Amino acid sequence: MNITLTINGKPYSHDLEPRLLLIHYLREIAGLTGPHIGCETSLCGACTVELNGKAVKSCSMFAVQADGAKITTIEGLAMDGAKYHAMQEAFWNEHGLQCGFCTPGMIMASKQILDRNPNPSEEEIRHGLEGNLCRCTGYQHIVNAVKAAAAAASK
Amino acid sequence: MATIVSKPETLVGKRIRRREDPRLITGTATYVDDIKIPGMHYAVIVRSPHGAAKIRSIDISKAEAHKGVVAVFTSKDTEKIGPVPCGASLPGLRVPHHTVLATDRVYYVGHPVAVVVAQDRYIAADAADLVEIDWEVLPAVGDPEGALAPGAPAVHPEWPDNTAFTFHQEGGDTAKAFAEADVVVKQRITSQRLIPSAMETRGVVAEWRAADRALTLYTSTQIPHLCRTLVAMMLGLEENRLRLVAPEVGGGFGSKLNVYAEEALLGFVAMKIGHAVKWIESRRENFTCTIHGRGHVDYYEIAAKKDGTITGIKLKIIQDLGAYHQLLTPAIPTLSVLMMPGLYRTQNIHADIVGVFTNCVPTDAYRGAGRPEATHGIERMVDMLAMELKMDPAEIRRMNFVTKEQFPFPTATGLIYDTGDYALPLDKALEIADYKALRKEQAEKRKQGKLMGIGLATYGEICAMGPSPATPAGGWESATVKIDPTGKVTVLTGASPHGQGEETTFAQIAADELGVDIDDIVVLHGDTSIVQYGIGTFGSRGTAVGGTAVYFALQDLRAKIKKFGEMLLESDDVTFAGGKVTCNKTGASKTIQEIAGASYRAMKLPPNTEPGMLATHFWEPPNFTFPFGTHLVVTEVERETGAIKILRYVAVDDIGNILNPLIVDGQIHGGVAQGLGQALWEDAVYDENAQLVTGEFMDYAMPRAHMMPWIESSHTITPTPVNPLGVKGVGEAGTIGCSPAVVNSVVDALSPLGVKHIDMPMTPEKIWKLIQGA
Repeated sequence: MNITLTINGKPYSHDLEPRLLLIHYLREIAGLTGPHIGCETSLCGACTVELNGKAVKSCSMFAVQADGAKITTIEGLAMDGAKYHAMQEAFWNEHGLQCGFCTPGMIMASKQILDRNPNPSEEEIRHGLEGNLCRCTGYQHIVNAVKAAAAAASK
Repeated sequence: MATIVSKPETLVGKRIRRREDPRLITGTATYVDDIKIPGMHYAVIVRSPHGAAKIRSIDISKAEAHKGVVAVFTSKDTEKIGPVPCGASLPGLRVPHHTVLATDRVYYVGHPVAVVVAQDRYIAADAADLVEIDWEVLPAVGDPEGALAPGAPAVHPEWPDNTAFTFHQEGGDTAKAFAEADVVVKQRITSQRLIPSAMETRGVVAEWRAADRALTLYTSTQIPHLCRTLVAMMLGLEENRLRLVAPEVGGGFGSKLNVYAEEALLGFVAMKIGHAVKWIESRRENFTCTIHGRGHVDYYEIAAKKDGTITGIKLKIIQDLGAYHQLLTPAIPTLSVLMMPGLYRTQNIHADIVGVFTNCVPTDAYRGAGRPEATHGIERMVDMLAMELKMDPAEIRRMNFVTKEQFPFPTATGLIYDTGDYALPLDKALEIADYKALRKEQAEKRKQGKLMGIGLATYGEICAMGPSPATPAGGWESATVKIDPTGKVTVLTGASPHGQGEETTFAQIAADELGVDIDDIVVLHGDTSIVQYGIGTFGSRGTAVGGTAVYFALQDLRAKIKKFGEMLLESDDVTFAGGKVTCNKTGASKTIQEIAGASYRAMKLPPNTEPGMLATHFWEPPNFTFPFGTHLVVTEVERETGAIKILRYVAVDDIGNILNPLIVDGQIHGGVAQGLGQALWEDAVYDENAQLVTGEFMDYAMPRAHMMPWIESSHTITPTPVNPLGVKGVGEAGTIGCSPAVVNSVVDALSPLGVKHIDMPMTPEKIWKLIQGA
């Protein structure tokens, strides 16, 4: 099947097997290896990307379902010539990552939290991160990063 | 020896953000699955769905005929590959022959049987389903005490008692201590099987260049050099023909401190098909085929005097080994024995281990590796003793501590504790938590019928693994520091960080010692064709051993820089500071850049000095280090549901000097999360057929953000004399201190109901039943 979509602001068009998962399309055909595969069952969130403005787990949908969609991956998060998105910067400053494998998905999910609520409570942040697993950090520095990004945005 | 001076602003000790992060936060780091090689094929492994079965036959014809499949290999093809290695040796150890693919029988769910190689991963997965295996399913056993019971199925038919080894160690006179005790407390304590669950599963990319006889193996490992040596031996390939690369590694926690069948198997496949080949472990495979941790059933007895003085400890460990020995499997419970006295003075210990085969994936090192089990046991027993004697749990600990005047302290288990002041973190934790006020609050709440608990663990651990005589493959670490002709610095470390941030901490050390900008320093690791032989990252050794090797290489380099400076300045009265050598008389100076350039240009050389600016140091530690600390946990248990709420988590850890507080905090938080996971939620459950019931994140309850409490982390600082940095290691502290503090807290909460002990994980169901049964 033919699909046409926009990823990180650039047009893509490919003829794909209908069963190809979106995560495999992004990683192996579009060459965007930022989103990772941690479980293949939508339980870990390492593959999280933004699809038409919503954070989705790209291991749990087919690429052909993204026909016509606008996708943002971790690689396209920093905009307007900036090196890093504010959430990336916050993860760096607050040590919100260790091995880094969950990080691209974690940052996408964190951005979504602030997109929905620019001033979340700690409980709301933790609830917003529920779908993303991290084995390294114990989440505390991730929570700090989301708080810091929220604080920076409200200045 | 060069004069040791420091820059006006030192970086060691500063809370600086990590230098490895830009590639990680932008998604541009290269993990194994991100590697793409032209013509690369894809492998999928066919595995046993049974805990035990005979293989009557394997029919690969349909899989081979599938379009896009290039090869299918079974054990007939891999006979020449050497066995999966076990590096641990114990007297009388029974070592099953562990082939990379099963031959006539499988021993656990997930046991590899065949490998299917195709042009892409979808085709390989399709074809793997076409491999037909005729099974004769056999009775299996998935629990270690069940495996020791009479009539249990024999995991390996040649050893019907399922016993891989027994081990005994004792010190002092335990029989006398128990005979003369005023009180003896006994308890069976389990430390359940856990699944390490690094977020990146394992994976291998292998590339064979036949003309050069050169194999490159990219694998997600914590021990690139050891893995290279052992995989080369398995493949019968000369070691210098094998380049092994640990690229970005997405967590390990001990699970990648190993050499796995797939690492040799993928090398074999690449050599056979003449193309690069990739295998990425699925999460289901990771749960069934990558080592698990813990798996203890412990029988404890503790003897004491009426005043609370502990006089002896007896321990029998039943260790679930699984079906095979992986790299260190049988050695792990021996670490529990070493650690069994905890922080307490008693010299009377008596320990037995029975290592038991089960039809499960092997256990091996998982964060803490033997020490969490021992700490959990002793810290539970001390609490039970306090309960029996109606003593305060803090006071009974304090009165039994090795005192600070007693260091270096020889333990009954043969260790020499380096340094300590165990009351320091205990006092600090009690102060932070306001222990007296908490006890008052608890008394009030109990009057209202509420179940509030306060739990302590005063833990010790064995870090900085370790002196070489105490390890199977060398316990030193290596470092090379080189300065380019333009003055830029590269540190090559034999450690293999995979999240610990050593690209940052090692650069901090180098920046301080050389007086250069941290941005002028690059830290490299993980590639055996770039880095001198090294041991790797595990056992909280990265900084304490690897960082010390960097420090000593830097001292050698400092001496050489000074020599060149003296020559260039024509003075023997110079100072090396701030990145330059300065003549103390004239004030003239030469920068590191100028000196490095001159060392390569080599127009003139100092006496007995080689050109160039490079130093390598292999550092052999004289001892382990022994961090310690106190974790204090306040909980409340809901009567109606059995749910446990953590109200406070106070961690005071003494890990010696702290090079980067930001990174140390992260290590503690992550460690605590894994300890809490064990205490409250995680459990690898095999059923009566040795089928893994918890085979996905859906069933295996790893902590998520909303499940974690806020961790109040702080430190006391008692530098170790074992290394010049005074650092002890921090990777495992959080995990080791956590689980006993949490269980002690919940037992304390339920103690008005007569509860004396709870095994982990303390699920709401288990707690609810305890409350109902009270």
